[in-house]
Amino acid sequence: MELSNNLVRKVVIPLIAIAIFLVVWEWIVWINGWPNYKMASPSDLGPAFWKYRVLFLEYGWDTFWRTVAGLGLSVLVGTMLGMIMGFSRVIREGLYPLLVGFNAIPKATVVPVIALILVGLDDLNTILIAFLISFFPIAVSVSIGLSTLEPEYRDILRSLGATRLTIFWKIALPKTLPEFFGALKVAVTLAFIGTNLMEIVEPHGKGLGHLFDSGKINADYPLMFAVLIALAFLGIVLFYIVVFLERIFAGWAERD
Amino acid sequence: MSEIELQEVSHEFLTPDGPFPVLEKISLKVPEGAFTSVVGPSGCGKSTLTRLISGLIKPTQGSIKLGGREVTGPIPTVGMAFQNPVMLEWRSVVKNITLPLEIVAPKMPAKEQEDRARELLKLVSLEGYEENRPSELSGGMRQRVSLCRSLVHRPEVLILDEPFGALDAFTREELWQIMHSLRDEEQITCLLITHDLRESVFLSDEVIVLSDRPARNQYTTKIDLGSERTLDDLYTPQTTEQLAVLRHQIEVAQGRK
Repeated sequence: MELSNNLVRKVVIPLIAIAIFLVVWEWIVWINGWPNYKMASPSDLGPAFWKYRVLFLEYGWDTFWRTVAGLGLSVLVGTMLGMIMGFSRVIREGLYPLLVGFNAIPKATVVPVIALILVGLDDLNTILIAFLISFFPIAVSVSIGLSTLEPEYRDILRSLGATRLTIFWKIALPKTLPEFFGALKVAVTLAFIGTNLMEIVEPHGKGLGHLFDSGKINADYPLMFAVLIALAFLGIVLFYIVVFLERIFAGWAERD
Repeated sequence: MSEIELQEVSHEFLTPDGPFPVLEKISLKVPEGAFTSVVGPSGCGKSTLTRLISGLIKPTQGSIKLGGREVTGPIPTVGMAFQNPVMLEWRSVVKNITLPLEIVAPKMPAKEQEDRARELLKLVSLEGYEENRPSELSGGMRQRVSLCRSLVHRPEVLILDEPFGALDAFTREELWQIMHSLRDEEQITCLLITHDLRESVFLSDEVIVLSDRPARNQYTTKIDLGSERTLDDLYTPQTTEQLAVLRHQIEVAQGRK
């Protein structure tokens, strides 16, 4: 009984909500008599997906792997920056204004700059934008996690003669994981935005952003909407991959 | 077991406004297997004392010896428990207790480490909680786990920095008794930092009162309650008088008398 209850709550109800959403959407388009070039309706999406199915798979993969690569870079660099800032107050105070300033620049303005500097290297500059837009929350959360480590933790191990590395490995790192995953959830969405930003602002024949752009050029509204749905789907997949990893590595932080 | 000996230990912190003296010529001696409490006004430098003895910081002047050997840095034969019983929330209770062994005796098989932890859990009446997460324990239980962790590597010296300070009165008394039974089983020399005069009398063989900052030795008294103590001993005329004297000494230290 409890299991089926759970199933209803977690699967059936969300599905009903999605169905209602689609029906209302379809109905609004129908009642207003909007043609396809004004607003696509859900019933147009199926044919659009089918017509461009090969491109959706190919471009979807482009967007997916470049987002993951950018995020991976963010994790690497963000964690390293966070560690340095977490352990050294001087470096933290020195780097913070720089990072905040850098983070404040709207990344849409950085896209043409990067595209110009690394002209022709489409994959690299897309990954770079995904990285630039998403490393900040990771660096900040890791540095906060480390710098707020209760001194007792350190004292217990240091009084036994443990090295800094041991303290980091046994305590600081696992202790910071919940904050890290919190930031990673923000970062994964940001990286995804970054990838699409590059694909749409500087189209180079790759990724779902490019598909969206060609839909726009051809006034193919069903295709544009289909891309939006595909992007939403991909975003959800990426987000839940992070949630899944969080359950495994930082599940202890969750309390019932 | 080894004795703790401090000879004229002074310590000052360096601040932008110049040196800030915390301890001034503190001398004390805790004989092998004995239990000494240090009481004094808030912020008089008692916690600095624990960090000095455990080798986490070096005194500006004077000498600190454990078992006759000069303390020059962290030593694994010291166990520590704090007011804040920090736990590794991602580990089970047993795995929290084995942490010091992983540092001090990394080659000891995990099974043996855990058996030792289980043995201690039994002593503090926490059997059955071995696999629980720390977040599932109450404050008193966490503090008991913290005591087990401080003892797991069979330290010769145990330093307790107000471990019972944040607990409610009944839990505290329960832990005092647990502390006595731990002392019966484990061979340790103890130094307790506390604010609670009744606690210091109930647990110790000797109580040392420190003055306000910079802390100096102000008053020392022996406690003759024998080794078999019950909470009733705290309410005898003799103990009451001793508590009154200590109370007075604290007020002197605070500069109120």
